[in-house]
Amino acid sequence: MPELSEPMVVNGISIDDSFAEAFPMSGTAIQITAVNEKWALQAATTMTGFATSVIACGCEGGIERLLSPDETRDGRPGVRVLFFGFDPGGLEKQVTTRLGQCILTCPTAACYADLDTEQSIDLGSAIRYFADGWQISKKFEDKHFWRMPVMEGEFLCEAKTGVTGDGVGGGNLLLMARTVDQALRASEAAVAAMRNVRDVIMPFPGGIVRSGSKVGGKYKGMMASTNDAYCPTLKGVTDSALGPEIGSVLEIVIDGLTADAVSNAMRAGMKAVVDLGPEEGALRIGAGNYGGNLGPHHFHLKELAP
Amino acid sequence: MTGLTFRKKAEPEQRLDLSGLTAGRLAGLSASEIAALAIGTTRETVRVGDMFDLSGDDPASIRFEGGSERFDRVGEAMETGEIIVDGDAGVRLGRAMTGGRITVTGSVGGYAGSVMGGGVIDIRGDAGERLGAPLAGERSGMEGGTIKVGGKAGARAADRMRRGTISVAGDAGPDAGSRMIAGTLIVGGRAAGTPGRLMKRGTLILAGGAERFAPTFLDNGPADLLILKVMARSFSAGEVGSVPFEDMAMRRLGGDTAVLGLGEIFLPL
Repeated sequence: MPELSEPMVVNGISIDDSFAEAFPMSGTAIQITAVNEKWALQAATTMTGFATSVIACGCEGGIERLLSPDETRDGRPGVRVLFFGFDPGGLEKQVTTRLGQCILTCPTAACYADLDTEQSIDLGSAIRYFADGWQISKKFEDKHFWRMPVMEGEFLCEAKTGVTGDGVGGGNLLLMARTVDQALRASEAAVAAMRNVRDVIMPFPGGIVRSGSKVGGKYKGMMASTNDAYCPTLKGVTDSALGPEIGSVLEIVIDGLTADAVSNAMRAGMKAVVDLGPEEGALRIGAGNYGGNLGPHHFHLKELAP
Repeated sequence: MTGLTFRKKAEPEQRLDLSGLTAGRLAGLSASEIAALAIGTTRETVRVGDMFDLSGDDPASIRFEGGSERFDRVGEAMETGEIIVDGDAGVRLGRAMTGGRITVTGSVGGYAGSVMGGGVIDIRGDAGERLGAPLAGERSGMEGGTIKVGGKAGARAADRMRRGTISVAGDAGPDAGSRMIAGTLIVGGRAAGTPGRLMKRGTLILAGGAERFAPTFLDNGPADLLILKVMARSFSAGEVGSVPFEDMAMRRLGGDTAVLGLGEIFLPL
């Protein structure tokens, strides 16, 4: 864990002289539309369920933002969804499985590419055989779609979407407060601000994770275990990173299609926490890292502080 | 550099083969070399300089000032660049082209865009028979790109079409979309004959209805399909421009079941 050397203080909130250590990931983006916002969100929420951590879930995914009808391919309300995986192959497997089970099945939903890169992964091309020979390929204006007859009518899905190797997973903020309520208020403010940043998702529930982890554990086979240095109930019995004033810590994990997007999100989140102030929210902002030797992306808090 | 302009001196006395006047074929040639190119199709030799006054030096941008229905094979096999014909053009305009753009302000003869693989043909007037279609013995017709016709099209437009988009603002002659393999044909006016006859796959959108259909087309009923909306938006933003079926309630016919039967015809509801 990082040393608490020379914290800077902004608006009464201490900002650790530390950094978030993040890793390269493959990232992709899709656009989900439906007859109205309710069903577009339903499809996106279902598709991004159980996609909090790539280690256990196979991918990390989330809703980037709502799209107005002016922004979508078919003029209906929509949602932009991002997914991240270790590699394009694994990412494609996750996205197409989720597409088949969550978007194909969702009333009125359609799915389009929303990332323009040279490399691509399958969308409709992977699930078209569900149509049992009745699938229709349409190519026009340099786009390729698959149309699949379904009981509701017809499911429309673009054949492929772009995938980038410039994705970054594991940007993070640790928000430390006197109480759970204050930590939650600070975290919610940070997530709300981060949701205005393009090309990022916060994949955990509501964008917030309460059970930050460290690598490994005392038990054989555990890839990760509780981050005891930041558990308030273990102050005094472990090598704690928490002072006596901290009673609760919440973490926000950020995945982005670029390192800049993650930086921007962390900056926006820190500003929101600082603006909220120490009475309402967090007393201290930190970040998780592994000493800087594992991940090539280092997001230093002092450089991102408001 | 300025665009290469061929100003017509007089109406030709024989049909001309202008397939040599494309960016690729003219690259590196001087004005005198271009003027010496043979373009006649009879025993009487006709050279470029006999028919046209030349100006400019950039073959990537070619203009024919004054057209003729005897100007055959304009832009044939062109790969890049732009050709504008102020007036009419003859047969096989843009046949087998793979890229670039041809604009004709008048009308053109048969087989325009025949087996083209890419690029854009914009015909402001009418198109002759077999728009985009293969010549006898060729296995498939248009294989990509866009053809836009401001007027009407002759018989069997999009015959054996395999990919790409053809949009005809006016009426279509008999049997549009015959033997279609895939691709999209949009007709703003009325389609004569039996459109889609023997089509395997592909989409015919007949916004002005049709004279009749082969009995091997089956009515699928009203079809409020998202693909029509996506196509309309996509075409409107691209080379095809606004389409006649935008926001139109349509019904779908499936066919031709005399063959594979995976094609479709959309009609106003």
